[in-house]
Amino acid sequence: MAALKTVRIGLWVAVVALGLTAAAAAVMLRQQQPAEGGFGKGVYSLVDQNGATLDQSMFVGQPTALFFGFTHCPEVCPTTLAEMTGWFEALGDEGKDLKAYFVSVDPERDTPAVLREYVSWVSDRITGITGTPEEIDKIAKAWGVHYERIPLEGADYTMDHTASVFLLDAKGEFQGTIAYREDSAVALGKLRNLLAKS
Amino acid sequence: MIRLLSAAFAVALLVATPALAHNGVIHLGPINISVPFTRATLPNAPVGGGFLTIENTGTEADRLISATSTVAGDTQIHEMKMEGDVMKMRQLTDGIEIPAGETVELAPGGLHIMFLDLNQPFVEGETVTVTLTFEKAGTVDVPLPVMAAAADGPAEHAGH
Ligand SMILES: [Cu+2]
Repeated sequence: MAALKTVRIGLWVAVVALGLTAAAAAVMLRQQQPAEGGFGKGVYSLVDQNGATLDQSMFVGQPTALFFGFTHCPEVCPTTLAEMTGWFEALGDEGKDLKAYFVSVDPERDTPAVLREYVSWVSDRITGITGTPEEIDKIAKAWGVHYERIPLEGADYTMDHTASVFLLDAKGEFQGTIAYREDSAVALGKLRNLLAKS
Repeated sequence: MIRLLSAAFAVALLVATPALAHNGVIHLGPINISVPFTRATLPNAPVGGGFLTIENTGTEADRLISATSTVAGDTQIHEMKMEGDVMKMRQLTDGIEIPAGETVELAPGGLHIMFLDLNQPFVEGETVTVTLTFEKAGTVDVPLPVMAAAADGPAEHAGH
């Protein structure tokens, strides 16, 4: 009787121990993911508006404003690019280190040549980025960017997409976002904070 | 949709009613159209948005059922909205209802006329014309002044 009880307790101890190990493993896994990758981290092979290859190192060395969009965008993208122009103008010399990237979530239509003229309208401070659909998917997933192709009447389509601008410090670490149509004083405050930290 | 299309064709067969405009308001029966504008497009941007305010002074609901224009390969009626931080845009194939006695705004961030496959860029200072067809009031040409790329309204309303 006593022996059986001991075995039973032993079994329970084993079960609890197993459970604890599983829980610990789960916690470790969860903690490991950001350590290995982290928000926005990954290996990308993309092309800029001039056809030059770019990888994840593009975010290192200067503070960055990162935006995902597409040239067939009726409103959010042109508005955000126009607002970016305003930020660059308002920051003047203070913002001389700031870089901006416009990553297309519609790489099938947004070739480097299409992007070149589109972003050139803003300034030489913003770089248009495209790539294969697979690579675009990787960078979008890394940044938690939602994008989805929505058919329109005829053969045309539009893209739903995340409209926030991501702010990265000089190490390429995520520091915050500027929301679509955020008050320009608030947006400038965020950019000045970012520049001060970088 | 079929019903709307046939209504659209029936109305389109009638000659577009000449627009009676004063004080910047275009009158089409009980329908008043005001604050029309569009935005300059970025180089290579193949799309543009048209904005205007539609007031129905009548006692019956009407419906904006189609928009056409020679400036674009296709012109549609759309709704844009933000869901969280995601921009979503949808085509409104049934058009937009303009309830009796009410005013519906087509404005940035919401309802708009969508010009797709532009024949040429929209240049600030120029004007593009959109032809609107209402189920009951008929058809009217509306000139849209082209404002800056991020303009929130036509010139006389800017800065308010
Ligand atoms: Cu957009």
